[in-house]
Amino acid sequence: MQTTPLDIAAPVTEYPELHLDALDNLWFQVSGTLCNIACDHCFISCSPRNHSFEFMTLDQVEAYLQESVDLGVKEYYFTGGEPFMNRQILEILERTLEFGPATVLTNGMLVKEKTAKRLEEIEAASPYSLEIRVSMDGYTEEMNDAIRGKGVFKKAMAGTKLLYEHGFLPIITVTKTWEDHKDEEVMNGFTRVLKEHGYGRPRLKILPSLKLGKEIARTRGYHKYEMVTHEMLAEFDYSQFICSNSRVATNRGVVVCPILLEAESAYMGETLKEATKSYELQEQACYTCYLYGSICSNFSSGGTDA
Amino acid sequence: MPDRVALIGGVYSNYLALQAAIDDAQRRGVDAIYCLGDLGAFGPHPDRVFPILQENNVQVVQGNYDNSIGNDLQDCQCGYTDPRDNYFAKLSYDYTYANTHADNKRWMRDLPSEIRFELGGYRVLLCHGSPRKMNEFLWQSTTPLHFLDKLARDHEADIICATHTGIHWQKSLPNDKYFANVGVIGRPENDGQTHVGYMILEVNGKPSFEYVPLEYDYQRLAKEMREEKLPEEFVETILTGWWTTCLEILPAKERKCGQY
Repeated sequence: MQTTPLDIAAPVTEYPELHLDALDNLWFQVSGTLCNIACDHCFISCSPRNHSFEFMTLDQVEAYLQESVDLGVKEYYFTGGEPFMNRQILEILERTLEFGPATVLTNGMLVKEKTAKRLEEIEAASPYSLEIRVSMDGYTEEMNDAIRGKGVFKKAMAGTKLLYEHGFLPIITVTKTWEDHKDEEVMNGFTRVLKEHGYGRPRLKILPSLKLGKEIARTRGYHKYEMVTHEMLAEFDYSQFICSNSRVATNRGVVVCPILLEAESAYMGETLKEATKSYELQEQACYTCYLYGSICSNFSSGGTDA
Repeated sequence: MPDRVALIGGVYSNYLALQAAIDDAQRRGVDAIYCLGDLGAFGPHPDRVFPILQENNVQVVQGNYDNSIGNDLQDCQCGYTDPRDNYFAKLSYDYTYANTHADNKRWMRDLPSEIRFELGGYRVLLCHGSPRKMNEFLWQSTTPLHFLDKLARDHEADIICATHTGIHWQKSLPNDKYFANVGVIGRPENDGQTHVGYMILEVNGKPSFEYVPLEYDYQRLAKEMREEKLPEEFVETILTGWWTTCLEILPAKERKCGQY
C-alpha cells in the first residue's frame, strides 16, 4: 500500500536515509531550552540558564504557521523548556488554534488562575482541541521530587487541578523510571493520587526515558551497538520514526526532531520547505524511535500499522 | 432526479442496526448503498452481517478490522497504546476472530481499500480511516481544513468520506470540496443517546450531507451480547450511549463530551 522511503540503494550513504512522508506534526521549541526547573532525566538538559535555544516570538511562530498551510500540517505541538515561561504563549496558542489543534507540553507549575481562565477562553473559541500535557515523574512527592526537584510535585498538582477546574483533561505524561513489573502499581498510583488531588478523570501517558542529556549521568548513555542500521529496517514500519512525519521549529531554524535538538546533524534549514528534505538516521537517539515508535505525539492521530 | 447514496460507517457486528439502516435507506429511495468498513468488533455473532450486506448489494470498503481478521493478524490495528484500551480491544478482537467463518474472512480480505465514483459531476472517494491510511483517525477537533484540502488535492477527489472514529461530522472545504465522517452504526456516539446513524449524500447541483439518526432494537443487541459473554462494559455503551473503553485515543474536545 505504501512505498518504502528508505533509500537503501544510495551508494555514498552510510546511514539509512528517511524521507519525510508528510509533515503531519509541527513542533515549536517555543521556550527554547529554558525551564524553571532542571530535571535529572531531561534529554536536552533544560534549565533556567540553558540558552542554547531561546524563546520564540509570536512573529516567528506566525511565519511557520503560514508556511504550514500548504504543507497540510495536521497538528501543532509546543514544547521547551517550559512553554509557560514564554510571555507570548497565550497569544501564540490563540493564533495557532485558528489553524489547527494544539498540544502544550508543560510541567504545570506556572499555571495559575489567570492563565487557566485565559486558556479556557482560548479553547472554547476554537473548533480545534487544545491538549495540555503535564509532566510528572511520581505519584508521591518523594518519588516525583527526587527527579524533578524539591517542591515541584505540589505545584504541578495544583496546576493540574486548576486546568481540570477550567474544563481541561490534562494528559499526565510520565517518563518511565521504574521496572516493568511495577507498571500497574505506578499507573494505579497515579490515578488514585490525581483523583485525591481533585483531578477526577485522569489521563496518563507513559514515555520511555531517553538516554541523552542529563539522563546519561542518571542512568547511562546509549551503547555503541544501539544504532539504526539498514539491516534492522528491512521489514520495519518506517512511520514509527518521528522524522517521517514531524519537524521542529526553533528560534534558529528547523531541526529534525524534538529529541535531537542539539545534535549537529539535526539542523534542516530556515524554512519548513527546506526542512522537508530527508534525514540520515545517524544518531544513537534514533534507536529510541526504533524501539518505541513515535512516542512524542498524542494518541489520537491513529495507528501506524495498516 | 438528484443522485443520492447512503453511506454506512463501522458496523461492529451490529447486524440489527445494519438491517435498520438498509431498510431506512431503501425507503428513502437511494440509488446505492455503501459501507465504509469495520464489519466486526464489539457486538455479537459477527457472521450475521455478511448475508445482509450481500443480499442488499451493499458495496463495502475494507476497514482495518476487516483487514486484520481477513489476513489472520494478531490485533485490530487501531494502534491503541493504553493498557486498558488494549485489554478490551483484544477481548473484542479474539471473540470476533473466533466467530467469523473462513468464507467471510476471505471475503473481507479481498475488499477494496477505497471506492471511487462520480455523483452529479463530483468525484467521490470512499475510504475507511483516510485516503492515505486505513487506520488514521480523522476527528473533528484534530483535523484542520488545510489538511483535508491537501488530502483532496493529493487524492484527486472532490468529496471524501470516511468513518473509523465513531463520531460523525462534516466540513465544506475551499474550492467546492467536501469531507464527511459518516459516523458508525455499531455503537452510539458517546453522547448519552442510544441511537446510531448513517449519512445520505445527495448532489442536487451542490453536494449535501444528511446525518440520519437510526433507532433499532438495542435492548435485543445488549441481550445477545450478554448471552455471548461479551464484556459488560460494551453492553453498557449500547444501553447508555456512553463509551466505556478505548477512550485514550479521543482528542480533548471529543473526550470532554463523554462521561468517562
